[in-house]
Amino acid sequence: MFSPIVHRMHYPGPFHLRLGGVLPYYELVFETYGELNADCSNAVLICHALNGSHHAAGAYPDAPHKRGWWDTMIGPGKPVDTNWFFVVCANNLGGCFGTTGPMSTNPQTGKAYGPDFPAVTVEDWVHTQAHLADFLEIKCFAAVMGGSLGGMQALAWSYLYPSRVAHCVIVASAAKLSAQNIAFNEAARCAITSDANFYAGRFYDYGVVPTQGLRLARMIGHITYLSDHAMAERFGRRRSYSLEEPRRSKGFGIAALEEGQQAPLGCAENAKTPDYTQAIDTQFAIESYLQHQGEKFSRYFDANTYLLITRALDYFDPALGFKNDLSLALKPAKSDFLVISFTTDWRFAPKCSRDIVEALLVNGANVTYAEIHAPHGHDAFLLDDVQYLSVVSSWFKRIIV
Amino acid sequence: MNSLRPDLACIASWIKPGACVLDLGCGDGTLMSTLLDKNCSGYGVEISDEAIVSCIKKGVNVIQQDIEAGLDMFRNAVFDVVVLSMAIQATHQTEKVLSEMSQVGFECIVSLPNFGYWRHPLSILKGRMPISKEMPYEWFNTPNLHWATTWDFEDFLSRLGLKVLGKAFFCLGKPINWWPNLRSTQAIYRFQRKKKV
Repeated sequence: MFSPIVHRMHYPGPFHLRLGGVLPYYELVFETYGELNADCSNAVLICHALNGSHHAAGAYPDAPHKRGWWDTMIGPGKPVDTNWFFVVCANNLGGCFGTTGPMSTNPQTGKAYGPDFPAVTVEDWVHTQAHLADFLEIKCFAAVMGGSLGGMQALAWSYLYPSRVAHCVIVASAAKLSAQNIAFNEAARCAITSDANFYAGRFYDYGVVPTQGLRLARMIGHITYLSDHAMAERFGRRRSYSLEEPRRSKGFGIAALEEGQQAPLGCAENAKTPDYTQAIDTQFAIESYLQHQGEKFSRYFDANTYLLITRALDYFDPALGFKNDLSLALKPAKSDFLVISFTTDWRFAPKCSRDIVEALLVNGANVTYAEIHAPHGHDAFLLDDVQYLSVVSSWFKRIIV
Repeated sequence: MNSLRPDLACIASWIKPGACVLDLGCGDGTLMSTLLDKNCSGYGVEISDEAIVSCIKKGVNVIQQDIEAGLDMFRNAVFDVVVLSMAIQATHQTEKVLSEMSQVGFECIVSLPNFGYWRHPLSILKGRMPISKEMPYEWFNTPNLHWATTWDFEDFLSRLGLKVLGKAFFCLGKPINWWPNLRSTQAIYRFQRKKKV
């Protein structure tokens, strides 16, 4: 079995964050796959999205069903081929999977940071990832790659550390969020902060978790990751009747891959159709699916981390300091770019990717852009669409040559 | 390299080494790949999924985009040459495509099938729509929407205020020098927007 190796890096600090916060020190937990070659030229950095973690690919020996969130993409013989590349993925600063974050102890108070954890930005993450590269003695990544929020980090790498990233792969991402996108994030944040168990972010002190808020936040997010078509196809107006193990879902990456488990979808196609005029508590399959996703998420994700990360998403706007001219912001970039979007993605629509491409074209950068016809919405970036994987695979073969 | 199609070889010969090129409807990236060997830079534009992968394999920068959706993405970039090879006859908005091309690039190169080739009207005289090696389609499945003879196309360029800088004609791959309107199956034009006085 293909197993990742989990590591930890201690950065002595102090680390000054972009929005003014200071951390006396921090720790990053990260996974590696494959072997770093002698001249350290085969390293690929994977950047995770909102609810991802450092567990990007493979499975731990003691939990073989928990495949990494981008297991379709990374592994031996896969598009990012670990027979050739040394792949690194770290849990971002402020995260809740072992990296220093709101759940960690604040050395000044001896209690969890909670809401006192300083605001982080995409650029801060990139700087911590650069510290990680120093730690691993990687002078230049062969590629930095990410989807969604991860794509923002890959983009930021290209202009913050132009000489340290040879190729940059940006999938289903944007150079800034739209008002609608920020609106979804705000609704999710309000769901969390209005939970009675949130205690202004100090819920750890009370031994509770704002479960309801997290569930709702996750449900809102999840709706936006799927296309109308994909939802109709998978759930339609079917009604759920049990939470028994269903057949493996091919259509829902975030659900299926994030925790690595086969997600009980709570629906059965040939179930006897209940008469919902008789029983008002009868659920539609989509309801049980969302509730299951929300419930699962609330068990492993930290509420303060969710607030921090969605803020980082909202704030990202490299063109802001350049009179909104993205091409000026990207001027320092020297990498070759691969930009990918999905036709049915309405959370990070193709237009957002085209804006990045346009800015790169103005700069005369080496850029390839693929617009994948996939029906699944934003979720498609985690799935195994043939054209998508073949584009990435051909691109990475080019890096090897 | 040796097997490069004669029309593409002609186009490549018109492009100076080091030029920045935009190849609209670049197919599998053959022309761009040849140009990269001449130290040119630039991008292919394609809509087909398979062609995108072929371009990536050849190391050609390619942008997946329907050229008829407009060249907005390229409006602020600068190209020495914009190429449209054997695709103009399949465009819906031919006038828009040509005029956008001439705005994005300093110089344009367009190749197209010549409908005036003598066998075509002969075929029609015989009562059948022409089918040839370069136009291998039946009337019901052809992607070609607009038919022009070389004279028609030259009139069109002048109507759009575009100045012809060079032309070449081929019949099934062989250069044609006299009576091209009747004898060539394929025409290639190099032109640019007339400078405003």
